[in-house]
Amino acid sequence: MKREIPLFLTAVIGLFMIVSFFVPHQWVSVPADFLQQCAVIVVAFGYVLGGANVLRVSLEGISRRERDWPYKLVLVLSLLFTVIVGLFVDKQRWQDPGTISLWLYDNVYSSMQATMFALLAFYIASAAFRAFRVRSTEAALLAIAALIVMLGRVPIGDAAMTAIFHHAWIPHALRELKMSPIEEWIMNVPQSAAKRAVLIGAAMGVMATGLRVILGIERSYLGGGD
Amino acid sequence: MNLAFLEKLDRRWLFLVLGILVLGPLLHPIGLPVFPSEPVRQFHDAIAHVPDGSRILMPCDYDPGSRPELVPMNKTALRQLFRKHCRVVILNLWPGGSLLTDQTLESVAQEFRASGHPLVYGVDYVDLGYKSGNEAVMVLMGQGIAATFPRDMRGNVTADLPLMREISNYSSFPLLVNISAGTPGTKEWVQQVNSRFHLPMVSGCTAVSAPEYYPYLQAGQLRGLLGGMAGAAEYEKLCGEKGSATQGMDGQSLAHVFIAVCIVLGNVIQWSKRTGARS
Amino acid sequence: MNPSHDFGVWVAALLTLFVFSFLYKDNPLYKFAEHLFVGVSAGYYIVLNYWTVIDSNLIGPLRVAFGGAAGGPLHVQQGDYRALLLIPGLLGLLLFTRLFPRIDWISRWPLAVIIGVYAGLKTTGFAQGDLVAQVQASLQSFGLVELAHAFKASELAHTSSATWQAIGHSCDVVLFTAGLLTSLLYFYYSREHKGALGVSSRLGIWFLMVSFGAAYGYTVMSRISLLIGRFQFLIEDWLRIR
Repeated sequence: MKREIPLFLTAVIGLFMIVSFFVPHQWVSVPADFLQQCAVIVVAFGYVLGGANVLRVSLEGISRRERDWPYKLVLVLSLLFTVIVGLFVDKQRWQDPGTISLWLYDNVYSSMQATMFALLAFYIASAAFRAFRVRSTEAALLAIAALIVMLGRVPIGDAAMTAIFHHAWIPHALRELKMSPIEEWIMNVPQSAAKRAVLIGAAMGVMATGLRVILGIERSYLGGGD
Repeated sequence: MNLAFLEKLDRRWLFLVLGILVLGPLLHPIGLPVFPSEPVRQFHDAIAHVPDGSRILMPCDYDPGSRPELVPMNKTALRQLFRKHCRVVILNLWPGGSLLTDQTLESVAQEFRASGHPLVYGVDYVDLGYKSGNEAVMVLMGQGIAATFPRDMRGNVTADLPLMREISNYSSFPLLVNISAGTPGTKEWVQQVNSRFHLPMVSGCTAVSAPEYYPYLQAGQLRGLLGGMAGAAEYEKLCGEKGSATQGMDGQSLAHVFIAVCIVLGNVIQWSKRTGARS
Repeated sequence: MNPSHDFGVWVAALLTLFVFSFLYKDNPLYKFAEHLFVGVSAGYYIVLNYWTVIDSNLIGPLRVAFGGAAGGPLHVQQGDYRALLLIPGLLGLLLFTRLFPRIDWISRWPLAVIIGVYAGLKTTGFAQGDLVAQVQASLQSFGLVELAHAFKASELAHTSSATWQAIGHSCDVVLFTAGLLTSLLYFYYSREHKGALGVSSRLGIWFLMVSFGAAYGYTVMSRISLLIGRFQFLIEDWLRIR
């Protein structure tokens, strides 16, 4: 009951979804459509559960006076404030101009999310200096491709090539040399060839995993316990 | 020359130099010329070849984390579409992005209204807002868009909007313009909609996901591709605009040179250290 | 410089600086901003999913179904599932048993529905969109016929630019096909990579390395763009220098 019913549900629904891809008849398409509607709704409950879980973990941390518990208090208060305002103050019009929810989104959520990702730019520079080591042919190929793509994709690549090669004593063919066509060639030929191989390999992997899940061979999503 | 001292360089100096190189050109632009690449030209042409007045589906799957890369290309694409009197239906499958994409759409509509083109919500454009469920939403929309999104972003009953009365499912659109920051995004739209419902599509995506989409472009599953801020700047150039992507290209260029120097210098230090140890 | 008078912009700018302060070292301002961000994000996701999905796709249609809609709550048709929507509603609520260890096994049922739907969708999506389409696109002509025509049109001694283009295209196609096949062979683990397989898989690694290098270059571009965006906000929206 605890494992068999979920495995049965997954198998039946999974196979039904595959069948619905090939059989457009309404006896198949309507139930498939309903199952997708179910998935959309259950996933939304999943997001709410995720938020509730964050709240539970943080409240536990506060009650145990864990390290940095005052920050967890900030988290809990901000979460509760956002939810209360969104559900009970702004209600259905929570996305309209002038609401507190929109203010929170624009000035707190949006700005901090953008900045969190922007931090990565600095660490990528530090990693390039400290960790990007060329010790083999493979690493050299990676580095050369990275340098050409990095410089060829932005205007300075072509500008630099012109500045370097645009002299009377340099052969005419070399004078026309630009970084961007080389970058485009890398992207279109060797890069795309390898990426296509990865796509084909990954597709086979996902299909195999999907079938393993549907057939009940892969059960890790059920978690531990009986 | 002994470069060993650089090995112990505090990384915060690198941060500072990078910050200055990015900030400097924003205050004092250099104005490096931008030349559109082929995938960008294809993106532009795919929209240009859509008949005037067409209905266009534009899933904007991003959130503020990729705002500088995607908002400029989203705005330029909307302007190109509105100039062709196309009617645009946007939606968002990223939980954090629906408000941002709505503001982006509304700001472009406002620009057109200010310049004497009275775009009306519900008639010329509709924002369906957010829906959880990724691929399930995409396939559901193939059966009926109004049933998948019973209410739009502004709380209206979707089926009552004049534009949505003309739209049933994917067959109502000649082109899908996807602006994508990752998953769900272009890959999923290709797999679930382009392949299943045969709806032609173009993609504007973050630079980090662009290489993965090149095979789709070559296979014809995508008709055009904008990759990151550089793609957005090239697209602005093709449309005769000078937006924030174009303004960012100088700083982008200098930062790339700096990262390239970091890679080369880091290796030179290692080589010099190894050579020193051997001798 | 004409700094913004908008209180919200000041809050956004200060929070941006709080987050950037982590570059110097971890500090209370960063920790405050980090926890505030997590709290607001989690709250925002709850509100968003409640109003845009649970209210819009579940409660609203259920209210209509049981509120005297024509045909009654059991008049089900495509896109209008009426009383049947009680099923996903119940499954969604069962998901919350996850919070109670003694009955958390019940949450496997809604999970099984989600996994079943997505396993089916992903399997067919990857098969049709990636595998079939990409294999089909790989069956491309080497352009030898076009090359022969180009040679015929212009004598070999005076090779025209069209001929060079045709030669270049053919070389690209050959190289692409070689790269694709050798990269695929690299992922073939059922035999030891020795002999011909060893040589081709090594060539495959080289193609893969070039691809990783290109991906690195694009990743750098992405990250720098995000930094530019934040600086544009600080300069244009907050300090209004430009």
